[in-house]
Amino acid sequence: MKDSPAALSRRAVLGGSAALCAAPAIHASANAQTAPTGKTQMIATTLKVNGKDVRLTLDPRTTLLDALREHLHLTGTKKGCDHGQCGACTVIVEGRRINSCLTLALMHDGDDITTIEGLGTPDKMHPMQRAFVTHDGFQCGYCTPGQICSAVAVLDEIEAGIPSHVTEDLDKVAFSDAEVRERMSGNICRCAAYPNIVAAIRDVAEGEKA
Amino acid sequence: MKFDQPATINPIDRARVVGQPIDRIDGPAKVCGTAPYAYERHDAAPNAAYGWMVGSAIAKGTINSIDTRAAEAAPGVLAVVTHANAGDLGKGRMNTATLLGGPSIEHHDQALALVVAETLEQARDAAKLVVIDYATGEGRFDLAAAMRGATAPKDVQGSPADTRTGDFDGAFAKAAVKIDQRYTTPDHSHAMMEPHATTAAWTGDKLTLWSSNQMIAWSVGEIARTLKIKPDNVQVIAPYVGGGFGAKLFVRADALLAALGARAAGRPVKVALARAQIPNNTTHRPATIQRIRLGAKKDGTIEAIGHEVWSGDLPGGGVEVAALQTRQLYAGKHRMTKHRLAVLDLPEGNAMRAPGEAVGLLALEVAMDELAEACDVDPVELRIKNDVQYDPEVGPSKPFSSRKLVECLREGATRFGWDKRNPKPGQVRDGQYLVGMGVASAFRGNIVMKSGARVAIDGKGRITVSSDMTDIGTGSYTIIAQTAAEMLGVEASDITVRLGDSSFPASAGSGGQWGANSATAGVYAACMAMRSQLAQKAGLNAEDALFEDGMIKAAGKAIPLREAAGRDGLSVEDSISFGDLTDRYAQATFGAHFAEVGVDVYTGEVRVRRMGGAFAAGRILNPKTARSQVIGAMTMGVGAALMEELVVDTRFGYFVNHDMAEYHVPVHADIPEQDVLFIDELDDKSSPMKAKGVGELGLCGAGAAIANAIYNATGVRLRDYPLTLNKVIAGMAKA
Repeated sequence: MKDSPAALSRRAVLGGSAALCAAPAIHASANAQTAPTGKTQMIATTLKVNGKDVRLTLDPRTTLLDALREHLHLTGTKKGCDHGQCGACTVIVEGRRINSCLTLALMHDGDDITTIEGLGTPDKMHPMQRAFVTHDGFQCGYCTPGQICSAVAVLDEIEAGIPSHVTEDLDKVAFSDAEVRERMSGNICRCAAYPNIVAAIRDVAEGEKA
Repeated sequence: MKFDQPATINPIDRARVVGQPIDRIDGPAKVCGTAPYAYERHDAAPNAAYGWMVGSAIAKGTINSIDTRAAEAAPGVLAVVTHANAGDLGKGRMNTATLLGGPSIEHHDQALALVVAETLEQARDAAKLVVIDYATGEGRFDLAAAMRGATAPKDVQGSPADTRTGDFDGAFAKAAVKIDQRYTTPDHSHAMMEPHATTAAWTGDKLTLWSSNQMIAWSVGEIARTLKIKPDNVQVIAPYVGGGFGAKLFVRADALLAALGARAAGRPVKVALARAQIPNNTTHRPATIQRIRLGAKKDGTIEAIGHEVWSGDLPGGGVEVAALQTRQLYAGKHRMTKHRLAVLDLPEGNAMRAPGEAVGLLALEVAMDELAEACDVDPVELRIKNDVQYDPEVGPSKPFSSRKLVECLREGATRFGWDKRNPKPGQVRDGQYLVGMGVASAFRGNIVMKSGARVAIDGKGRITVSSDMTDIGTGSYTIIAQTAAEMLGVEASDITVRLGDSSFPASAGSGGQWGANSATAGVYAACMAMRSQLAQKAGLNAEDALFEDGMIKAAGKAIPLREAAGRDGLSVEDSISFGDLTDRYAQATFGAHFAEVGVDVYTGEVRVRRMGGAFAAGRILNPKTARSQVIGAMTMGVGAALMEELVVDTRFGYFVNHDMAEYHVPVHADIPEQDVLFIDELDDKSSPMKAKGVGELGLCGAGAAIANAIYNATGVRLRDYPLTLNKVIAGMAKA
């Protein structure tokens, strides 16, 4: 039942056109480019989302983000920019956080994907979700699922000894506010709950140590 | 309920629930991703098709032709909407440019077509097949060039564009110390995290819009005017809004296009603007050029204060009201303010968080720092010396309802350790950083707006408050629950709050930092009506009754609310409207910002090391959510000071850096700890809540405190925002 991504031809993936970049209208001549045909071939894939195998037949241009939001109706993962600039779409794939807008769903056949819905529910929140509520680590709530998925993965990264730009001793990767600020900087919060988010992550980190 | 006399003691003063730092009641839904935003209504519109906007590739001109045949023939395409087939459209009163352009084009990325398809991928792809032939016209895109032809707008927010008191020219000419400087601020983008998005569905001639919008009642009227349908046939729903900052005060292209697309496709359609379309398609805060003149005695006492502002907008647009705070913030017998509006063909300028003050204070508060230095007076003391307890354009007959600027400056300075500041610039070094401190006053007018709510108790005793109020991250859900809980003697967790639906009573909505005070005052009014009806049903006198522990207590009796409401429950509706207290009293919110920066001596890069502020904004309804509003606003001030700028291509007339990679906003690594102190204050002339707004105050002056800290650190005085490293290092090279 496994459709290996390797079996996909590059042509099948890109067949629709180069439309994956939401090209802004730069100039009138923008229309002069090669006309896309718009024809695509649907491809089946299986993703393991929040512990459950889900089989999807997708237009190969579908991003992981749109597969989650539009096909699986897991709308907790947000689309802020669709270009990997804001971090609102952050999910955890095979234990590592990624921008789900920057990757095609078909590239994750068989992958283990955790979204905000997989971390907890309002009745049974993940410690990070609870800490965000306690510390008011959000306002409008739109970047929040991405911040939380990122935060959970950040603590794992530090635990695994993966250094960052601000790590002074590469052999001693340890939790600090500076590490959190650096590692979380791909997740923009325009409401700017930043100090509260750092406080929430610190709380969870200290709880895990205890 | 009409609020036309100062509030006396009322149930809110018990402050048992109101004023407590309780967690957001909408928090669990937001942190778990179950709160549905406008584009996520699979529940309500399960078969929605996808719309993709096509924006104009020119800034000004006309469409010779649009060829949509290839797009229409593309796989999955259901409809293509353009001006040619959209039907007869009007324009909302609050829109300057039309939301669907053509044949004439008013600005770059103005919507010219919507392609609707079965999937997002198909719609996006087919949008590229729309071929538009343009006739490009001449546009005006350069504010500095256009300012010479600028004219006086009819009015600025209902007041004259220009004001004069005393003899400004004479007093300034004679002043012992003079500051006369020009400041510029660039165009700013709201850059809220959720793009403008709407899901639209028609049932017969009735339209439902799930739309990311701050102002539900305004939207109903505006969409009805634009589509030329009856407001009764429009329902707008926005229980969650992913940030707005003014970008979503108005109906925008996403809403209109979704409605038109749904009509054309014969099924629900959803439209979200692509991030890269937002800066040029929607509104922005206009750039300003400002001239400030301060004439003072040698001791810093201001004799003459003048503030002139130039900004641009599309024909029929408005001016950035950046001199408004200068009319009221400081004393001075001789005064003048002036606003001038130039015509530009850039995208539409409009309100962004604290319109006016946000950029006006970036200029005025740097000028005050310059005056402090010229007079050799401490910048905190200079501001205290020039405090005035009445509207200085009117005189003592119009006192401020409450004004604790001096307290904010003094307590804020103490908390921040202002006494450790070296007044001589360029003296403090920490490694490769020059370190400096800056201060600025915060000022934002207090606006109040009519606001209504419904309060219901069902047969089981559950209390529900309904209002079309929005929660754009401001904490509306929570403070409304706190208000109702206080009024009815229960806990906040006993209240269900339903917001953002035009089928609920019209509220003040979210804007101009009026939302919290006005909307909770509306809930107060509805709860007063509920108290009266409950007491009456219980056979008690409402005036004597005490509402506590879920009961009405009076005359030795204690009756549970559920029992008083009866088996059928009870529902009441009321609204608050405001009399002339805002005319009789000057009303505003105040604060003081403090910042410490480090400036890299080798690169000129500015790092904010600490921020602190003290704020007086009436009763703080929830210190936890209010603090979040303030630190968020302070951070937007960091953006305005150091990085935010929509760069104008003056050849083609558009904002070049139209996405979140190129339009920089502060990220985690830019923001240190931020300290917020709320000064105790109750403003009985503002509303029965005795509250004012706080959501914009934290932005007002924050950037100027950073600019002043850069000067203190380096001796480089910068007056053209944003204060990027190239400007800093150029100044340091000269110094």
